[in-house]
Amino acid sequence: MDEEFLEDEDTGLSQDQRAELGLGALVCLVVLVLLAMLAFIFQEAWASFSHNGLHWFGPGGNADQQIQAIFTSGDLKQTPKFLLHAWPMIWSTILTTVGSVVISFVCSLFVAVFLVEFAPGWLKRILEPVVRLLASVPSVIYGLIGVLVLVPFIGNHLVSEKAQASVTPVISLNGYSLLAALVILSVMISPIMIAIFSEGLRSVPRGWLEGSLALGVNRWRTFWNIAVRTARPALIAGTVLATARALGESVMLSMVGGSTAFAPNPADGLIFFVEPSRGLAATILHNTDELNSPPMRHTLFAIAAVLLFSSAALSLAGWAAKQPMKRYFNVGGTAA
Amino acid sequence: MSSGVLTGSRDPLPTPAGASPPERRGAADSSASWRLTDRIGLGFAWFLGLLFCAITLAIVAFLAVQGIRYLRPELLWTNPQVGFNQNETGGFLDPIIGTFLVAGIAIGIAGPVGVGVAVWLSEYGRPTALARVVESTVEMLAGAPSVVLALFGILLFDSKVLGFLSETTSDGVVFGKSFFAAGAMLSLVALPLVVSTVREGLQAIPNHVREASYAVGKSKTATIRRVLLPAARPSVITGHMLGIGHVIGDTAIIVLLLGDTQTLQGVGNVPLWGILRGTGSTLTSYVFDNAPTGDLNQPNKAYAAAFVLLVIILILNVLVDVFGRRSRELRWS
Repeated sequence: MDEEFLEDEDTGLSQDQRAELGLGALVCLVVLVLLAMLAFIFQEAWASFSHNGLHWFGPGGNADQQIQAIFTSGDLKQTPKFLLHAWPMIWSTILTTVGSVVISFVCSLFVAVFLVEFAPGWLKRILEPVVRLLASVPSVIYGLIGVLVLVPFIGNHLVSEKAQASVTPVISLNGYSLLAALVILSVMISPIMIAIFSEGLRSVPRGWLEGSLALGVNRWRTFWNIAVRTARPALIAGTVLATARALGESVMLSMVGGSTAFAPNPADGLIFFVEPSRGLAATILHNTDELNSPPMRHTLFAIAAVLLFSSAALSLAGWAAKQPMKRYFNVGGTAA
Repeated sequence: MSSGVLTGSRDPLPTPAGASPPERRGAADSSASWRLTDRIGLGFAWFLGLLFCAITLAIVAFLAVQGIRYLRPELLWTNPQVGFNQNETGGFLDPIIGTFLVAGIAIGIAGPVGVGVAVWLSEYGRPTALARVVESTVEMLAGAPSVVLALFGILLFDSKVLGFLSETTSDGVVFGKSFFAAGAMLSLVALPLVVSTVREGLQAIPNHVREASYAVGKSKTATIRRVLLPAARPSVITGHMLGIGHVIGDTAIIVLLLGDTQTLQGVGNVPLWGILRGTGSTLTSYVFDNAPTGDLNQPNKAYAAAFVLLVIILILNVLVDVFGRRSRELRWS
């Protein structure tokens, strides 16, 4: 008889039951930490939201000046100010996130299809570790390369003096730009997508593909029509994860995106791409030294709350989008 | 494996005359007969695949060239100092130590907790409602931006209750920035990786292994400890490595919660405990501060430190590869 079956005389529980209870408690603790995080952040953020209402999300005024005013109002003994119209930062986050996700979704899908089905063996053996390596390069290294290579290149070669003169009083075009942010962010998030996409594509039953091939459909069409369609849950899972990464990226964007809260305007033509901006996450990082000013603190937590809410909504949307597809065949659906 | 057992003693079935073995691609498989759009698509896939390799090669080669150009051996064992130019500002011994300290604390928390959560999810998972909640919790932690985790850490470690983990001034103000604070928050970054990797490893073990263990009279706890976890060891190790990789690469939490002092600033007199209560920096925050956008702006030092960081990441990658291969070699059936 194993000692594990002996019952504890005090509690009347077997060791098995105690282990289950212990692990259950641990799991509940993790859930509690997340709930505490949500509660604390939203509680701390409430002051900023309640003062601004829905205008918090709207445009109006210079966001940088508003943030400055919020900060100084906490320093002196005056009434705290909370006025913030955060649209420029929200717009910047939307632009960088959506832009890079669209770019890297297309590229990653092609690369994943290539990697799983069409690449010759030697290239597969190179590509797989390359994807893993690129996924694990820290964002600060991407930022460093961006700020020392890409930003000077854009500033010196892609921005004409005429373009610079046309926007001079408002912003300066010195290479810290939306373009640099988009390029580097796309490189950063596509390995995540490629890894999850190719995992999904690989688990498509071989027989399904062979059925299509036997009907005379060529390999390219077969793979796109059968494998890619079957692996849609994995495509969604990868996109959600990559979008969350892009949404929360602060370090790299604060290094290459410029430090003014300016909303790049598509009506400006090509200059749009070289205009600087600063997203929500980068704003938090940019202003961390000012957390000791109470109104500033509430404002930064409000920004964090918006980010947290968006990432939660994102994973919920991904879950909802996967449901109708899972009925048939679930590949990579559980990939976290 | 099973088919090998079944047909092992027999000769393989004779293939019909004229049929090519399935491994070889016939003429019908070549892209020459495809439509133009399909061939353009394949060409595009080739282009992107090669471009991807080229980008990686460019990043690694560029950092290696710059790193070797600016990395002097003495940078590895001198500390950051205040100086007027890049020759006087010392090396980055303390950031390297800080990197390992932070990674140790974070994985010391995330490892056991993550394995526990993964075991619960894979082996117990009752009540089902709780399992669903836990799954979405892990998913949300994986998606939570690290700046947000950092701000939560500031709230948490500012409180009086946790004051013993960071510097406290004589009038009772808690500083809230220390290795403990940063490590604890970074463990939340590593946790989802550990959980999902270990869980995958446990789920790959077929049920008859568990049943065999029960059949010889082992309890569930003993089965988990003596059979399942040893069998899943490669994925446990892979999960830890992946977690460490993410922890080492994170910058936002370090900048916000480690105090961002260039050298280790211990608190109190207790040797290790004092350092862990104090502030410091890691390689990522060192690179961040020394980039042209940071406070110090010494690009040469930033390149050298980034190179060291990349080498550490590369080593971790190789380790993940080795253990990942080992877990794939383990086959059940």
